[in-house]
Amino acid sequence: MAYVAVKGGKKAIEEAEKLVTYYRYKGGSTPIEVKQILDQMRMAVYQVMGEGSLYAPELAALALKQTEGDTLEASFLLRAFRSTLPRNFYSLPVDTTCMQVIRRISAAFKDIPGGQYLGPTRDYTKRLLNFELLEEGEEHVKDFMAEYLAEIEDEIHEPPPTFPKVIDLLRQEGLLEIPKRDKEGETKVVDDITRQSLRFPASRAMRLQSLARGETGSMMALAYSSMRGYGNIHPVLGELRVGYVDLVVSHPLIEGETITVGKVMVTEVEIVSEIMTSNEHRDKNRRPKFTAGYGLCFGQNEVKAIAMATLDRAMASENPKAPAEDEEFVLYHIDGIEASGFTSHWKLPHYVDFQAVLNRVRSVREREGRK
Amino acid sequence: MRGIYNYGFIDENTKKEIRRKLLKAVAIPGYQVPFGSRELPIARGWGTGGLQITLSIIGPEDTIKVIDQGCDDSVNACNLRDFIVTTTGVKSTTDTLEASIIQTRHRIPEEKMRADQILVLQVPYPETLRWVEPSEQETRRMHAEKDYSKLWVFLYEEIVRWGEITLSYRYPVMVNGRYAMDPSPIPRWDVPKLHQAETLFLFGAGREKRIYAIPPYTDVVPLQFEDYYFQVENFKGKFCKFCGSTDSYLDEVYDRETGERYFACSDTSFCMKRRKQSSGIPVKIGRRWYE
Repeated sequence: MAYVAVKGGKKAIEEAEKLVTYYRYKGGSTPIEVKQILDQMRMAVYQVMGEGSLYAPELAALALKQTEGDTLEASFLLRAFRSTLPRNFYSLPVDTTCMQVIRRISAAFKDIPGGQYLGPTRDYTKRLLNFELLEEGEEHVKDFMAEYLAEIEDEIHEPPPTFPKVIDLLRQEGLLEIPKRDKEGETKVVDDITRQSLRFPASRAMRLQSLARGETGSMMALAYSSMRGYGNIHPVLGELRVGYVDLVVSHPLIEGETITVGKVMVTEVEIVSEIMTSNEHRDKNRRPKFTAGYGLCFGQNEVKAIAMATLDRAMASENPKAPAEDEEFVLYHIDGIEASGFTSHWKLPHYVDFQAVLNRVRSVREREGRK
Repeated sequence: MRGIYNYGFIDENTKKEIRRKLLKAVAIPGYQVPFGSRELPIARGWGTGGLQITLSIIGPEDTIKVIDQGCDDSVNACNLRDFIVTTTGVKSTTDTLEASIIQTRHRIPEEKMRADQILVLQVPYPETLRWVEPSEQETRRMHAEKDYSKLWVFLYEEIVRWGEITLSYRYPVMVNGRYAMDPSPIPRWDVPKLHQAETLFLFGAGREKRIYAIPPYTDVVPLQFEDYYFQVENFKGKFCKFCGSTDSYLDEVYDRETGERYFACSDTSFCMKRRKQSSGIPVKIGRRWYE
């Protein structure tokens, strides 16, 4: 009977897996091609690459197909796959002034060197359901593309623009404060959170790495709490840019030479926050300044990049009070893979634990004669 | 999966790192060693810490047993066992006596484990001080200074309020007279098994990225007061409906048809052996921990 019982659990798992597939097929439509997801579910692909912390658009699209659009689960698949890959190189620092920009805006200054580029954004579209998409066909695609490409024919051969950073304008004027902790924490060796567990106080590298792979919704909620009143960060968007950057590694054999290994799309945000007003900054020698927060994530995920920059700044508070200012609180709770895994583990049986609890509760009641 | 992925799924450098951390953990009983926990194709919080330890120490000659809440048949136990077996090709068993490595969630088997066996425990909360202190930075300081006053006060207040300590599973223990440790969510029933055992106990918390250990023949004492001794669960008058056992940890179960409440062994392998024995099938049942 023991043997049969063991088979029972195994069989149930297998059947559950079949049911999952059945539910994906039972509508009777043609299976989605991974390329369709890659092309037409861009935002989901970006989010999954960011949270799975693996820049692999095709695999992210595959993960989305496999999980029926569950971004948490899809990011988890990428993250698990990532564990099987050896770490061969660390790229050299990316200079984002060389970014091939597709979108670039500043909320701090009306005009900026190089100008503002709205780029692909839904920000100023009306959020109306477009019922025409219900009947969208290949003809629509062809017509639009022919018309649009003719329209931009002159510009299309120009290389994508690169721009100086808006925030450097403030830096040149000496208006930007670098938080004290970061100056202390500067070291040559960069921490790697995929190889070491978080330690507190966390280095800036650890903080930024954790944020870069954080779950969009969790980060937004925490950043929002800080903007709204649990904390005091009112971010001014110095600059938000989206575009492609080259990744370069040192040549493994020839010293001084570098190799470009590829291009990734990223969203980068730099916020400036108001003058520091807390008491510890009121000493006479310090003049009011701005402080910066930095956000960078894979793909085009602007909410996440803004939230990241806000949290980066919030966590730099020297006297943390609000949840978003407490680096342990933030960094331990924003990882989607960890949070979703633990949240769903409560579905596992807890018979033994619960029995132990029952035993204690009954014991106390018995003693108090309230049985 | 073999062939596509490395033996035991994880790459060899990572396994080496985990084994080094295990050695450190064994050298400092009860001390939580941070490690660069990797994501596995099993969800975080579902045993990835234990699994990383198992996969790092398992060799082709090993025999693995996986239990969840005492049960070999639990779906999660099946899933983990299946993963270990497919990525390593080792033999699996449900018999506690036959296994060289047992990975477990929340139970220690009823049959006493030997010196040639290893028990790998899955840990959700490696920090026993989490009962009283949420900050990791602070709990690390408290351990470093052996400052367990908050925990003692917490236990004292429990007695004042309830007449006893109501912690049921995850009962704090003192290891080797130095570190307060979370024994993982095993019931109190299993806690005394950790004391001066022949077996090596390894604890893995994947999500929280900590490894710790209790080497054989180490003092493991539940935190208690001179006038309020630690007590295990009381099953007085209860017995297993299937094997009649009166001295094993019992689960309380409701019959799916009649709704009638009964008790059954949580260790299903042990229970099955006893049932076989009583129906005259020859079977070897191991010694008990509390003999």
